[in-house]
This record gives sequence, C-alpha cells and structure tokens, in this order.
Amino acid sequence: MPYQLAWLIFLLPFFAFVIISFFVRPFLNHKPKLSGYITIAAISGSLFLSIWALIAVLAAPGHELPIPDINWVIIEGGVTIHLGLIMNSLTAVMLIVVTVVSLMVQIYSQGYMHGDPGYHRYFAFMSLFTTSMLGLVVADNLLFLYVFWELVGLCSYLLIGFWFHRPAAANAAKKAFIVTRLGDFGFLAAILLLFHNTGTFDIAQLHSLAVAGTLAGTTLTWAAIGIFAGAVGKSAQFPLHVWLPDAMEGPTPVSALIHAATMVAAGVFLVARMFPLFAHSEQALLTVAVIGGFTAIFAATMGLVMTDIKRVLAYSTISQLGYMMLGLGTGGVAIGIFHLFNHAFFKALLFLGAGSINHATGTFDIREMGGLRRLMPWTYATFVIASLSIAGIWPLSGFWGKDEILVSSLASQPILFYLAMLTVFMTAFYMFRVVFLTFGGQYRGGGSGTKPRQSPSFIGGEVDKKPHESPSVMVMPMVVLAILAVVSGFWNVTGQFGKFMGHGETYSFVQGFFGILAHPLPWVSLILAGLGILLAYAMYSAKWLSAERLGRMFAPLYTLFSRKYWFDELYENIFVGKALVNGFFAGLQQFDNKGVDGAVNGVANATMAGSRAIRRAQTGQLQLYGLFIGIGVLAIIICIYFFG
Amino acid sequence: MNLELFIPELSLAAFAIVVILLDLFTRRKGLLVAVSLAGLVVSAGFTIAMWGGGSQAIFNNMLAVDNFALFFKLLFLGIAALVILASVDYVSKFARFRGEYYALVLLSTLGMMLMAATAELIAIYIALELTSISLYILAGFLKDPKSTEASLKYLLLGAVASAVLLYGMALVFGFTGETQLGEIARTIQAMPPQALLASPALILGIVLLVAGFGFKIAAVPFHMWVPDVYEGAPTPITAYLSVGSKAAGFAIILRVFYSAFGLPEWLSLDWGLIFAVLSAIGMTLGNVVAISQTNIKRMLGYSSIAQAGYLMVGLATVGLSPAADILGRSGLLFFLASYALTNLGAFIAIIAISGKLNSDLIDHYSGMGKRAPLLALALTLCLISLIGLPPAAGFMAKFYIFSGAVHHGLLWLVIIAVINSVISAYYYLRVVKVMWLGQPASAEKVPSSPALRVALSISCLGVLLLGVIPGYIMKLAEVAARMFIF
Repeated sequence: MPYQLAWLIFLLPFFAFVIISFFVRPFLNHKPKLSGYITIAAISGSLFLSIWALIAVLAAPGHELPIPDINWVIIEGGVTIHLGLIMNSLTAVMLIVVTVVSLMVQIYSQGYMHGDPGYHRYFAFMSLFTTSMLGLVVADNLLFLYVFWELVGLCSYLLIGFWFHRPAAANAAKKAFIVTRLGDFGFLAAILLLFHNTGTFDIAQLHSLAVAGTLAGTTLTWAAIGIFAGAVGKSAQFPLHVWLPDAMEGPTPVSALIHAATMVAAGVFLVARMFPLFAHSEQALLTVAVIGGFTAIFAATMGLVMTDIKRVLAYSTISQLGYMMLGLGTGGVAIGIFHLFNHAFFKALLFLGAGSINHATGTFDIREMGGLRRLMPWTYATFVIASLSIAGIWPLSGFWGKDEILVSSLASQPILFYLAMLTVFMTAFYMFRVVFLTFGGQYRGGGSGTKPRQSPSFIGGEVDKKPHESPSVMVMPMVVLAILAVVSGFWNVTGQFGKFMGHGETYSFVQGFFGILAHPLPWVSLILAGLGILLAYAMYSAKWLSAERLGRMFAPLYTLFSRKYWFDELYENIFVGKALVNGFFAGLQQFDNKGVDGAVNGVANATMAGSRAIRRAQTGQLQLYGLFIGIGVLAIIICIYFFG
Repeated sequence: MNLELFIPELSLAAFAIVVILLDLFTRRKGLLVAVSLAGLVVSAGFTIAMWGGGSQAIFNNMLAVDNFALFFKLLFLGIAALVILASVDYVSKFARFRGEYYALVLLSTLGMMLMAATAELIAIYIALELTSISLYILAGFLKDPKSTEASLKYLLLGAVASAVLLYGMALVFGFTGETQLGEIARTIQAMPPQALLASPALILGIVLLVAGFGFKIAAVPFHMWVPDVYEGAPTPITAYLSVGSKAAGFAIILRVFYSAFGLPEWLSLDWGLIFAVLSAIGMTLGNVVAISQTNIKRMLGYSSIAQAGYLMVGLATVGLSPAADILGRSGLLFFLASYALTNLGAFIAIIAISGKLNSDLIDHYSGMGKRAPLLALALTLCLISLIGLPPAAGFMAKFYIFSGAVHHGLLWLVIIAVINSVISAYYYLRVVKVMWLGQPASAEKVPSSPALRVALSISCLGVLLLGVIPGYIMKLAEVAARMFIF
C-alpha cells in the first residue's frame, strides 16, 4: 500500500467526528446507535492501517518509513511550514496501543452509554479524542504536535465534563484543563526556545542537532525540562498530579481511554519522542528519573487507603506513569515505552471492569460491593488477570515491563530502585485490597442510587435488583484486553522489542522466558508482590488482621494518605485562594475595571460618536457628493505641495 | 493581427447578443440563464487555454494579453457566473426586461475584461464606459424610487468622475505626447530625475487619474456614491458592484500606475504615498461609519470602502517596492480573489435571507441561526473572512498584503490597518451575534433556492480553500504578477 495512506490513520476518526457532529446529530438524531457504529468503523480502519504500518515498519530498513511531506503555507522568501508524519518504531507501537484500546473502549461504550441522552455527543468527542492522540503520535514537527497536544487537552475537558450538569463533573473538567495547562506553558516555552535557537520545528532535525552537539548546554537542558513540564502536566506526575483522581467524574470508558492510551500516555510519549534531547542533558534525564521514581511511590501510598475503586485505579495510574518516567530516565525509550505498551492494556481492562461493576451495582465505593465473584464471573476473571498483571506476577505482561525498569534503575539510581521496590509491594496490596473487597465475601448492598456518579440513565433502574453480569458487548472487549494483558509482555522476552526500538546500546535485561527466574532480582520483586497480596488477603478476606485496628495504629499516616497529603487544600486555599485570588487577581481586577475597561469604553464611545458624526455627512445630496470629489482632488494637490 | 487572442471577449459579446435575441423569442427565461452561463464558461475556457503563454499585444499595442490580464479575466468571469446564479430568483420578480438584465451583466463583464487588458489611455476610457454604462442601467433595474435614485446618482457622479479622469488623461498626454502606457513610461524615464513638484502638469494629471479611478474602487473621498447606490440597487447588482467593478478598478490602476509611472523611482514613490494616505483614510472612515449602520446592505457598502482601504495598502506597496519585487502585486491579486469570493458569499446569503424577510435591517436577522442554520453559517464564515480571521480566506489575504507592506517600510500603515481590523470586528460580529444569539421573530424557516445554494456553496468552499491551503492560488497570483508586458 502507498505510504500516503498513513495520513488516514488519524484522519479516519476525524471524519467520524465530522460526520457525527454535522450530519448524524442534527439530521439523524432519532437513530441513536448510528454514531457508535460510525466511530467503531472509523477506528477499526485506523487499527487496520496501524497494523499495516507496524508490519511495514518492522520490515523497513532502519525501522522507518519515508512519508512525503505536505507544504502547507509557503511565504516567498520566508518560512515554509511542512506537515509531515514520522513513521518509525515508536510511532508504530503507539499507534497500535491507541487504536486497540480505543476500539475496545468504543465497543464497550455502546453498552455502558446505552440510552444516555448525549450518546451522539459522546461518540463525536471520543472520535475527536482518538484523532488528537493519533495525530500527536504521528506528527513530525513540534508545532503540528502541539496542536494535537492541545486538542487532547480540550477533548479530555469535554469528556471529563461530559455530564456537565453535575457540578462535580464540571469542576473536575476545569481542574484537569487548568492544571495540565500549567505544564503546557512549559512545553510551549520549550518549543519557542528551540525554534529561537535552531530555527526549526522539525523533530528529526532537532534530534540530529542534539546528537551532533550543536544544540547543547543550558539551552538544551532548559528546553528538555520545559518539554518535561508539559509531560508532567499531561501524565499527572508530581506536583501536577492532582487533576487525575478528580477526572473520575467522566463516564468510566472515558477514564479507561484517558488512563490507558490517550491523555496520560501523551506525556510519556512526548519524553520518548524527544528522547535524544534528554539523552544529551544529564540534568534533564535525572529530573525525569527522580520525578518519576518519587511519583511512583508517592501516588501508591494514596492508593492504599482510597475507598472509591476508580480513585484507587487513578492513583495506580499515576504511580505506573511514574514507573514509565523512571524507566525513561534511567533506561531509555525502549524500557519506558514497553511498560506503557503493557500498561495500556491492563489499565484499560481495570477501568472497563470498574465500569462493569458500577453498571451492575450503581456505586464505585468498594465498601458497598462484595461477593461479586459469583454474580459477575467474567468481570471477576478479567479483573483478577489485570490485577495480577499490574502487580507484576510472572509471566503476565506487567512483570516484563516492570522488571526492566527495576533493573535499569538499580544500575543508575539505587535510591530510586529501593523506592520502586517498595512501590511493587504497595501496588500488589492496594490492587488486591480492591479485588478482595469487591469480589470476595457477601454482597453489601450497592449504592442504591445515593451515589451521584452513575450515568443518569441508571438511576432508579437496575440498582435495586441483585447485580448481574454486564451485556456481552461490554464483556467482549474486556476478554480481548485480558488476553492482551497476558501476552503483550512476551514481545520483549527475547529482547525483540528493545531491538525494534533501536536501543541496543542502552541497558537491557533479557534473560528469556524461564531463564529470567534464574536471576535473583525477579524473585525479590515477586516475593514483595506476593507479600502485598498476602497482606491484602489477611486483612480483607481471611480477616486475620483488622483493617480498622491497623488504621488506628497508623492513624497519622492513614490521615496523611487519605487526605492526599493536603495537596488539594494547599493548591486551592494557599496558592489559588490567598496568593492568587485575593492578592494578584484582586489587583488585576482593579486595574481591569478602572484602567483597561475605562480606556476601552472611552475609545469605543469616542469611535461611536465619530461614527455618528461622520455619518451625517452622508446627506443624500448629490451636489455635496460631487463637491467632495473636487475637495478631495484639491486636498491631495495641497498635501503634495506642502509635504511632497 | 492576432484576432484569436481576442476570442474570449468576442465570444462573450456574441453570447450577450444571443441572449438579447433569444429573449425576443422564448418565454422560458430559464434558458437565458443557461445561455449566459454557457457564454461565461466558453469565454473562461478560451481564457484558460491562453494561460501561461507568453505575453503579447494586439491592436497596435492597445490591448495586452498577458497573464495579469488573464488572471483578472478569469476572476471577472467567475464573479459574473456567481452573480447570475444569485440573480435567478431575484430577476423572476421583474415583470419585464429579464433578457436585458442578463445581457447587461455579460456586457459589463466584457467591459471589465477589457479594462484588465487595455494598455492605452483612450481604450481604457472606452472600456471603463462600457462597464459603467451597463452598471448604471443595472442599478436602476428595480424601478422603485430608491433604485431609480441610486441609478441616477451613480450616473451623475460617474459622469463627474469620468470627466475628471479624462482631464487627467489629457494632461498626461499633453505632458508626454503619448497615450500608450509603455510609450508614456519611456518618455518619463528619459527625463532627468527630479521631484514630482518640478512638473506641475504631471502632478495634476496623476492626481486626477487617482480621483477618476478612485471613484471606481470607492476610495475616500470619492466614495460618497457607495452607500446610497449599494442600498438602492438590486442586491445581486450591489454584490457585482462591490467586487467586479472594484476589482476592475484595481486592475486598471495597477496597470496604469505600475506600467506608466512605475519605473522612475522619484515618481513611483510619490504615487505610492498618495495611495498609502488614501488607504489610511479610507479604511478608517469606512470602518468607523459602518459601526452605526442599521441596514446590512449599507453596512457592507461601508465595509467595502474599508476593504478598498486594505487593498490600497497593496497599491502603496507596489509603488514603494522595486519593479522586480512581486510581493505587493501578488498579495493584491490574492486579496482581490479572496475578497471577491467572500463578499459575493456574504451578499448571496443576504439575498437569500432578505428575499424572504423583505427587509435589509440587521435587527430583522435576529435568530437566523435557528431559522436558516446553513445560511447563517455561510454568512458567519464570510463575515469572519471579512474581519480577517482564520481559517477563512480573508486571514491569508490580509497576511500576505500586510507582510508585503511591512517589507517595504509601510509599518505605520499596517498598524493603522490592524487597528482598523479590530474596529471592523465589532460591526461584523454584531451581525453574527444577532443571528445566533438573538430571538427569532418567528419560528418559520427561511428556505433558499437551488441556484442560490449552489452559488453560496461555491463561494464558501472557495473562502475555506483559500484560507486553509492558500498555496495554490498564491502561485497563480505570482505568475500573473510577474507577467506584465506594459
């Protein structure tokens, strides 16, 4: 197939967006299912093309396809702005992740969003969301990439606030948008800094400049840190992590997409895409590793005590993203992206599972669930597979990604390695805490519609009855993702993934499928994970230990974790409340009301007055009009005479 | 003599005659539309066939057949086609003289095509009169008091302007002894470098030419006819006046001033500055007065005065830049193409909406977003393009013309132009606001005819294409701007 077809990968979902927004929604509103089908068809097309691209990239020399550019704006003797695609191994892997997860989520959404009044809007936004992420992945220059970067932010805003009539959702959407914008500011500054110093937006050129050493020193470091600031915002790394747990207010499939493939993956992807810039700046690389390693354990501690299933998953995402950053910072692209690749499937699966549970029980509070193992066997089985995978149990996919990261951090940043090991234990504990509370024991009654977090269509519906398994349109995608959560890690068992990513020179810990068990390190991590699971079992299933008593014993820590280290309060009250609203903004408002508005209104009034005055000259009198021609000629001659 | 180079004009004239004759014999007036459109298409076909060929002159160097002329001929033919499509419903209101209407549109198009090609003062005058006289008649076609008044005012003021122009031509001829533009240029160049003031006769001649042509392009202070005529004339003719006649005016100014007065630096500097000052006055006055208009046709009249101001930024750039630099010329051509599509689109939407409402008052457009969403969307796009916002064509047009001006030391003028763009946003967006946020006066839908829809789709598509992928038209404009023979 001709390489130009690669453009269709991100254009197909865009067409779906246009068709749904401008044709289906206005004219075919009575056919509710149509927009779901259009979206699924478009994303299937993208998936097909992505698979083709992956195969072609695998076969291509240097794992890169040449795709002709489009000259967009040409200014004679000035700038020419190209639009082009990068199709290399990183792109191909990301395309697969995004299209597979998105497709599964869309299929699932048909069941989850069934009967929602915003069904068309939902699928239109989801298509645009997928388009933005795919565009971001294929873009070959920073300007083009930045457009999609912002589109991703916009779509997340629209989707988190999908049920905008609920204040919590509207606020969460605003929070996500504003917090990520803080990081975007750094990214934009980095783009401008790079353009100012190199005169190009082209990513490949920037790479070669960094490799050649032309782009170096503080410029490079600041540019890399600016880019990383953007990634910190999008990937919810400390200290901009506060938006992600609140983003739960969107429909659950949206969360699945945000957490697995689109929004948060964008940050990690960006660092990977610009990795040669980081690789040539030791400080930048260290920053990435430290922020990542710290975020991993920091978020995991909060995940230990949350009672909302989606919040537990949210903190686990932040923690896992920290792992990816740690992998990028210590090991390189192959290691960070490999974990992203595996994580996408099991994290999407966990969210779809949570959505399925919510669909059945009407709540997200794990204290009100229980006993769902028999009632929802498919959800149970897939959820457990995903949990084992995220806990890093051999031979599931999470194990292969996580061990690479552990090894590379041990080699370069031992302190971060110990933190990461501790995180392994916590991850296993909080995931299985959820599993035992949700699926084990007896059913504790569900939310009986008191929790506002379900789609309006469910209220008063199925919640009174006994929970039952979700429809097959929701179960099927979960099964597909469960299979992927088992097998996706096998890609790197013999180091194939690392070679494909072209990182032969960096550290790689490849031991083979069974051979890896001959090494002590995996055993340490497996034992830690096992201990985590065991502790969860002891506390929440066998009840050998009382969770309440433990909570009281460690009361200060418990409070610290469950109040999320008071970060929300810190930001909202101190920074935003005192410093910004009462101080800076109040001053600005005064200036705005008195100074700016006064000036603007003055100018506007003067213009209006002038308009009315000059308008009077238009009397309709022909003689006057003729006279003006004469006066005009005379005036020009006089002007030339005096000034010419 | 190469008569085949004159075939686009000849064929159009033949079709105009056919339309008049056919009108006598047929009752099916739809046929007239078809024949008129066919005439335009045939003429356009001949014109396209000549594109890219070398530049030639015919009739003793009276007519130039260069890419510049061909670009404008195609533009006029396109404009005329859209105007005819937009007239189909409107004309059906006339009881009589429908054939004449179409024939006159074709004849004035013929006049404009000649204006773009003529390179000799007397021929210029004749082409100008052919265009104008057709338009005087067309402006009075409604035969109601306002339309008649518009026609009469246009005729009388047009006559004054023609007289001024002739006087200017006479002085130029008296000073140089030539009427052919190339010869005039050679005579002036042969003179020693000097200030313009050293030859008062030439000054006066040039100023009078500026005034005479300034009338056609609605440059302040020769603009007084514009609001009254725009308001009174049949709306399709208003659209035609606002783009066709204005583009023809710019074509002729560009050729006369660039070819005849362009080469000696001391001269081009001076006329460049005249246009720069007229531009500043024109856009400011047009935009400021447009703010207080309540009638949308009058508002667009003032808006077209302001747009002429932006276009004159391009003329000033041409005057101030060396002859080899095409930035000013190509920017001007691109702006004209984009402005033609945009303004036609706006007027076609207005024809559709006002034809149903029987009112041109902006207040009556309230809630049009609900009553006619697609028309309102199209009008919104065109107004956005007139402001000069992306993704519409107007953005790229302003971008090209302003960046050319900045290159040639006209930063002060560009600053005035940008401030004016901000002022203009107020009155353009007021219409948008009324349409989308106002309450509809009734729930009744506003339907539109197929011909209008086709015309509107073409213009809106053009506006978007020029705005999103400007590269292609810009290439054409550059080719046209490079190929001047006189």
